[in-house]
Amino acid sequence: MSFWTRHQIFEKNSIILIVGILLVIAIGGLVEITPLFYLKSTIEVVDGVRPYTPLELAGRNIYVREGCYLCHSQMIRPLRDEVERYGHFSLAAESMFDHPFQWGSKRTGPDLARVGAKYSDDWHVTHLTNPRAIVPQSVMPGYPFLSSIEVDPDTIADHMRTLRTVGVPYTDDQIANAAADMKAQADPDNAGTDAFTKRYAKAAVRNFDGKSGTPTEMDALIAYLQMLGTLVDFKLYSEKANLR
Amino acid sequence: MVSGGVFFQRESAMPQPSISKTMTTGESGLALVFAVAAFLCLIASAKALDAPFAFHTGLSAAASLAAVFFIINRYYDRPARLPPAEINGRPNYNMGPIKFTAAIAMFWGIAGFLVGLIIASQLAWPALNFDLPWIQFGRLRPLHTSAVIFAFGGNVLIGTSFYVVQKSCRARLAGDLAPWFVVLGYNYFILIAGTGYLLGVTQSKEYAEPEWYADLWLTIVWVTYLLVFLGTIIKRKEPHIFVANWFYLAFIVTIAVLHLGNNPALPVSFFGSKSYIAWGGIQDAMFQWWYGHNAVGFFLTAGFLAIMYYFIPKRAERPIYSYRLSIIHFWALIFLYIWAGPHHLHYTALPDWTQTLGMTFSIMLWMPSWGGMINGLMTLSGAWDKLRTDPVLRMLVVSVAFYGMSTFEGPMMSIKVVNSLSHYTDWTIGHVHSGALGWVGFVSFGALYCLVPWIWNRKGLYSLKLVNWHFWIATLGIVLYISAMWVSGILQGLMWRAYTSLGFLEYSFIESVEAMHPFYVIRAAGGALFLIGALIMAYNLWMTVRVGEQEVQMPVALQPAE
Repeated sequence: MSFWTRHQIFEKNSIILIVGILLVIAIGGLVEITPLFYLKSTIEVVDGVRPYTPLELAGRNIYVREGCYLCHSQMIRPLRDEVERYGHFSLAAESMFDHPFQWGSKRTGPDLARVGAKYSDDWHVTHLTNPRAIVPQSVMPGYPFLSSIEVDPDTIADHMRTLRTVGVPYTDDQIANAAADMKAQADPDNAGTDAFTKRYAKAAVRNFDGKSGTPTEMDALIAYLQMLGTLVDFKLYSEKANLR
Repeated sequence: MVSGGVFFQRESAMPQPSISKTMTTGESGLALVFAVAAFLCLIASAKALDAPFAFHTGLSAAASLAAVFFIINRYYDRPARLPPAEINGRPNYNMGPIKFTAAIAMFWGIAGFLVGLIIASQLAWPALNFDLPWIQFGRLRPLHTSAVIFAFGGNVLIGTSFYVVQKSCRARLAGDLAPWFVVLGYNYFILIAGTGYLLGVTQSKEYAEPEWYADLWLTIVWVTYLLVFLGTIIKRKEPHIFVANWFYLAFIVTIAVLHLGNNPALPVSFFGSKSYIAWGGIQDAMFQWWYGHNAVGFFLTAGFLAIMYYFIPKRAERPIYSYRLSIIHFWALIFLYIWAGPHHLHYTALPDWTQTLGMTFSIMLWMPSWGGMINGLMTLSGAWDKLRTDPVLRMLVVSVAFYGMSTFEGPMMSIKVVNSLSHYTDWTIGHVHSGALGWVGFVSFGALYCLVPWIWNRKGLYSLKLVNWHFWIATLGIVLYISAMWVSGILQGLMWRAYTSLGFLEYSFIESVEAMHPFYVIRAAGGALFLIGALIMAYNLWMTVRVGEQEVQMPVALQPAE
């Protein structure tokens, strides 16, 4: 019986054909994906990386909603020009609490992995409202409507609880104070700012959009953008630590 | 659009022996399920936490009620006996759902190409975003990709698979309501996904943007699709399963696996649209591109290769070039494709070994891809002269040539050093479109040009001359599109890494954006030509159905072997 006649078992039995297909397509995925849940380089924790604050999380959800990832990557490759243009190459740990990841696949605009603290809050407000007011050649859409929509502090705790279920280490304390923390981060005069900064290391407390009252989507998005890539202190990071 | 009568013609006007008419279990069961669904959706709509979810559940309540009405109305209209599997010893094929997919594929295709033209224009002239949330680039781009891939491509795949599986098995489509459930349910998924994008409902995973409730609905529809397809194969009158059906089966099964693997998400509330994906960071990235690249491999390749394996031999009236090559092509293609995902993550935080594996398998993938291309092209041996006279066949053959070109370009771009230049640039967009417009677009157009006269019993197309116009206008559009993107992509990549003689970066990022403008204009022009071609096609198909000459049914003895 030749190889070709043996193949008839697949051609004459649909269930055997399906089982054959399933086995053949399972191999590649299993080999490439499973180890990523165990290998040190993919799951190690790096000092400084923390879950997003309530306001940053709301901002991140706006980033996702408006499809920013379609034109901006958040993944700096270890290539000379990228490291000089954007900063230290991205570490796996820096996006370990990202559900979903926002590495992106296209740079119609620049990479944003370390855009945090690069520009002032004012710059971001003007730029998001009308990009061409600051960068005349820009092709980015304007997002003036963000300033007029308020974020909802009351539901953000539910979001954090859901994220904790899928593996983001929010503490009970952080979830219980989510609504208050959200307001505190956008209001330096708020009584709760000290407690807030204890709960979230290196979190910036500023009135990001420059307007008083309940934080807007503009506050939230800028809070998120301003923390991107700022959590790991690369002066303390020994690049030789993993050499053997 | 098309009036109902076009789709719902009774297959036979045979006199029915008098039997008492009762509802089948399928009819009563499905009507009941939809009635309950309507009630639950209404409750969810009233308790919804956000406006898009209230809109979607309200829409679903209305759609469920419409489904109940459709099922009951259909029951009263139909004869007591369900359509027989055979009439006078010939299979009684079920063409209604296929007609629906053919018509709606054309509609979605034009909608998808139009949105593509709009977003291409937005990149050239950003004022076209109008500062409005619903029509800005970030929300329209997923609408474009989903409309062309899943709405246009998906309906072509479902429609042709239902046609090919019936003809090549010589059996009527399995199920009575099930095929309608698949085609209508799938298009309802498209509607929910598309309106969701405009309202800002997305999980931001490229080509898997729909939120948890749309994903759940798609899972139900897709499993039914598999059952209908498999049920028809099991009923087959031919001993062998035809090669096109292997590819359709691999497409259906693998897309199910990919969909389930990439989309496990936990909703924040069962009354809200927002969910968080179970995977995070690097694992999510790998799952995403395992899914993303195999959406290309199994949705846009395996499924459309099935079309190639049926429609090219049929149209050329030649047998498939090599049976053995098709066996090697099939198994090698599905085995190798699954590994290729990591080439989307070169030089990222993904471990090097995974990137290298992805690159290696992507390069190996070149071989089965070209094996399949050769099998398709060589099927024309002895019939090459038909390319001069039959523009439909020419479209099918050129699609296979584009397939060969983009499956050479893909492995090349997966090589890490090439990728360091091409990644994040427009080159990727150009590559995708040479595959999408040239291969998927043209093979779908060719298949629809064949299919519409066949399923509506017409002697031929309304006008071959218009097909010729479509072919040349669309080809010119593709050439403009992909050459503009090659130049802009490589230019971008070179500008980003250019250094001055003093060792400084030569260009700021915005200078590279500015340099793209002329190419974005040319790209939009190419897209406009492609859209014009599709409009010509829609007119041609419409006229074929409307005024085409009825084909006289051939006697049984002359039925050609499949």
